[in-house]
Amino acid sequence: MPWLIPGSGCDMKGDGISNFREFLARLVSNRLALAGGVVVVSLFLLSLLAPQIAPYDPDEVDVKNILAGPGRQHLCGTDDVGRDVFSRMVYGARISLKVGFVAVGLATMIGVVLGALAGFYRGWVENVIMRFVDLMLCFPSFFLILAVVAILEPSIWNIMIIIGLTGWMGVARLVRAEFLTLRERDFVIAARSLGAADLRIIFVHILPNALPPVLVSATLGVAGAILTESALSFFGPGGAAAHAVLGKYLDGRKRQYRNSLVVITLSGLIYSNNRTRL
Amino acid sequence: MIVFLLKRLVAMIPMLLGITVISFAVIHLAPGSPTDMETMMMPKASLEAKARLRALYGLDQPLHIQYWNWLRRLVKFDFGDSFAPDRKKVIDKIAERLPITILINVLSLFMIFLVAIPIGVLSATHQDTFFDKVTTVFVFLGFATPTFWLALLSMILFGVHLQLLPISGIKSMGYEELSGIGKVIDVGRHLVLPLLLSAFGGLAGVSRYMRANMLEVIRMDYIVTARAKGLRESVVIYKHALRNALMPVVTILGLSVPGLIGGSVIFESIFAIPGMGQMFYQSVMSRDYPVVMGGLVIGAVLTLLGNLLADISYALVDPRVRVRHEG
Repeated sequence: MPWLIPGSGCDMKGDGISNFREFLARLVSNRLALAGGVVVVSLFLLSLLAPQIAPYDPDEVDVKNILAGPGRQHLCGTDDVGRDVFSRMVYGARISLKVGFVAVGLATMIGVVLGALAGFYRGWVENVIMRFVDLMLCFPSFFLILAVVAILEPSIWNIMIIIGLTGWMGVARLVRAEFLTLRERDFVIAARSLGAADLRIIFVHILPNALPPVLVSATLGVAGAILTESALSFFGPGGAAAHAVLGKYLDGRKRQYRNSLVVITLSGLIYSNNRTRL
Repeated sequence: MIVFLLKRLVAMIPMLLGITVISFAVIHLAPGSPTDMETMMMPKASLEAKARLRALYGLDQPLHIQYWNWLRRLVKFDFGDSFAPDRKKVIDKIAERLPITILINVLSLFMIFLVAIPIGVLSATHQDTFFDKVTTVFVFLGFATPTFWLALLSMILFGVHLQLLPISGIKSMGYEELSGIGKVIDVGRHLVLPLLLSAFGGLAGVSRYMRANMLEVIRMDYIVTARAKGLRESVVIYKHALRNALMPVVTILGLSVPGLIGGSVIFESIFAIPGMGQMFYQSVMSRDYPVVMGGLVIGAVLTLLGNLLADISYALVDPRVRVRHEG
């Protein structure tokens, strides 16, 4: 089968189990990667099991303990209306991850489709698409995102979509480059001579071979999207304050310096981890 | 070289047009109108009054005509008047604030290159050593940390606890009374934190790129030749290898411009620096459409210019690029 590239991680018909073993063996031998893996997995577990892990409801108000310092009752203290900081951070991690994956998923889809069309059809299709890519790359994306978010109703979904819509250009360039070389390969000619339609050649034959670099850039993209969202919710129009968004959290803290260091540090650290490890 | 330059300049024209179309579309396809801001708080405002207000700003006309009018004025650098109470010309507002943003970005780019290039070179020549690992962790720390978070922490540390550096604005209270050198020092002290922080975030990109290039170059035949001639290692690395590895890094310069300009929104808002980023943020918040559009256009044009500059310097240092484009 044409899409079997040894070691590329996308051979769909390969022996899944031995592949996974090899992956594990290589992971264990690389201590840095292993440490990163542990952090990522625990973050995922943290956000998946948020209701089980968080000791309080993230929006529950404890009137008696407003602005409490870290202690036995509240692991990381409480905020200005008495909500448990630790619980809110656990839920915040959940939203951050969701934003990262949805935004990058959208960006990757757009990028793959446009890049594939440009690389496969060449000619004016390629010209139009790639000039559009150049154009979008000219805009400082934070400007664009900020403008749109401020104009649209600020909701976490809008933010995800906008980050996705402004982040597909790199993927499109990557996919196009892959398609340019892959479309000349023998297996594509073979598929065509068997009478395969264009769409089938693009998505069934070429695309699986073009995916590895896309996946790498997507993992980096998740980190970028999370960070962008954090900056956005920090700067106002982002995730509505009711959400336990980490970035918003930092903003809320900005107003009271008291015991803020703990919170700022902790939520910041969660971010940093997200970013380096993903 | 002239042919190359002309080609690049001509290629910029459709890009500029595209930039204006997108900026216009982003602002005008959104629901809500800037006049809402003025009428929302006035329950007495009649429909007629609202319509008059819309007509005053030309918002009642079809989109393509609004765009055409806007574009016609744009050619004369007339971005219209701000909706803000001061009713200043947008171009004046931007011109007032652009220099400080450019100054900060140029300085931080300079710092990034000053630190990242040696790091990249050394970690390539000392691949997999302790130094390589430590710097890798260091630069990725900068990459991974949310800048606004680090900015807040450093404000608390240097501004509040240590009382070493000012934490907002670019001038102290008694700025006017200071002597010439005093003024420079004062502004410098205000810029230390924003500069260091924005450079910290940008280290990873350049240094990793530099490292990768250097690793590639030192495996080239001409490096083997240089060593075989018996040249000293420092000459081989810093004269023969560095020059060739440095060239592609120039393109990064162009590519990092939009990120830097976007990032200045964050820095200028946090450190209360009266630059373009802060202005853009404020105008977005108050739906000051002309300023937002002006900001988008200028931001994109700056990026275009950055790319052009990178292309030109690339062509200057690498004759192969020139030939390919002229041929």
